[in-house]
Amino acid sequence: MNNIWLILIATILVNNFVFSYFLGICPFLGVSGKASSAIGMGFAATFVMTMTAFVTWLINRYILIPYNLEFLETVSFILVIASLVQFVEMFLKKVIPSLYKALGIFLPLITTNCIVLGLALLGSMRNYNLLENVVFGFGAGIGFTLALTIMAGIREEIEFADVPEPLKGGGITLIIAGLLALAFMGFSGMLGGG
Amino acid sequence: MKKAFVNGLVKENPVLVGLLGLCSVLAVSNTAINSVFMAAAVTFVLVFSSLIISIIRKLIPDQVRIPSFIVVIATFVTIADLFLKAYFPEISKNLGPFVPLIVVNCIILARQEAFASKNPVHYALADALGMSIGYSWVIILLGITRELLGFGTIFGHRVLGAWFHPFVVMLLPPGAFITLGVMVGTMRWIQAKTSKS
Repeated sequence: MNNIWLILIATILVNNFVFSYFLGICPFLGVSGKASSAIGMGFAATFVMTMTAFVTWLINRYILIPYNLEFLETVSFILVIASLVQFVEMFLKKVIPSLYKALGIFLPLITTNCIVLGLALLGSMRNYNLLENVVFGFGAGIGFTLALTIMAGIREEIEFADVPEPLKGGGITLIIAGLLALAFMGFSGMLGGG
Repeated sequence: MKKAFVNGLVKENPVLVGLLGLCSVLAVSNTAINSVFMAAAVTFVLVFSSLIISIIRKLIPDQVRIPSFIVVIATFVTIADLFLKAYFPEISKNLGPFVPLIVVNCIILARQEAFASKNPVHYALADALGMSIGYSWVIILLGITRELLGFGTIFGHRVLGAWFHPFVVMLLPPGAFITLGVMVGTMRWIQAKTSKS
C-alpha cells in the first residue's frame, strides 16, 4: 500500500510529467491560455491516461512479452491509444452526454499527445504490476492537470503585464514554465529525505 | 522547390516559430551529442515518412489518413530506435523513451498532413529536408548552449577553464525551458528587426 502512495505522490509532484519529462508540452503551451479549458483538458487526459495504463499493461504482459514482440511496442501502443480514445468518445456520447459535452472537444487532441504514449512507454520500462501501473497513469494525469491549471492561471495574469514584445506568446510561456519547473524541483526532497 | 526547402530553415522554423515538437527538443538537449543523435533520428523519420506518404498519397482514403500516417511514421521510428539500440546502446539509454516518442512528434504528423500528402515526391522531400534542418540546428544549438553552461564542455571537450563554475541547473528541466524561451524571444526580435529594414 505504501508503494502505491509513493507512486502517486511521485508522479503528481516530484516527477511531474510536464516539468521533469517534458511530456504534454504542446497542449501546455496551446490550451493553457484559459483556466476553464485547462481543467477540461486535464480531466480528459487523466481519464484517457488511466485507461491507457490499464490496457497497455495487459497488452504488454499478455501479448507482446509472451510472443517476443516487444519491438512492436511503439506501433501497437499508438494504435491502442488511438482506438481507445475513439471508443471513450463514443461511449461517453451515448452513456454520459453531459460529461461528453464537457470533455468532448479535447478528446481527439489527446491521441496525438505525447504524454499518453510516453506514459505507456515509461510504464512498460518500469515493471510495475497492474495496480501500480494504473496508479502511475492516474497520478501522471493529475500532475498534468495541476501543471496545466497553474500555467493557465499565470497566463491569465500575464495578459495584463508589460511583457517585452519579442517574448510575447511562446517565449514568456517557456520562461515561466522554467521557473515553475524550478519550483517543482523543490518537491524532490520529499522522497530523498524520507 | 527551393522555396519549399528554405521555408523550414528560419521563416517557418518548426521549433522556434511553430513551437512544435518541443518535448524532444527540451528533453534530450542536455548535451550536444544527444542533440545530434536526436536530430539525426528525427531527420531520418521525417524524410522517409514524407517520401513514402507522398508516393502513396493517392492510395490513402481520406477518412483513415491520420492512422495511416501514424503507422508509416511508427515503422520508421521503430527502425531508428532499434538501430540506435544495436549500434549506440549508450546514446539510446540517454535518449530513453524520446526516440519512440518521435511517433507523436507534432512536426512529423503536421508535415504529412499539411504537405507530403498533397504534393509530389520531390517537393515533399525538399520540404522534409528543410524542416529537418530547421529542427536540427535549433536542437543542436540548444544542446551546445546547455552543455557549455552546465558542464563547461562542448561535445565532451573542455572549453572553459577551471575558473568556470558550472550552472548545474542548465542540465535540469528548468534550464531547458528558460534557454529555449530566450531563443524563441531572440528569434522574434531578429525577425522583427530584419523585416522593418
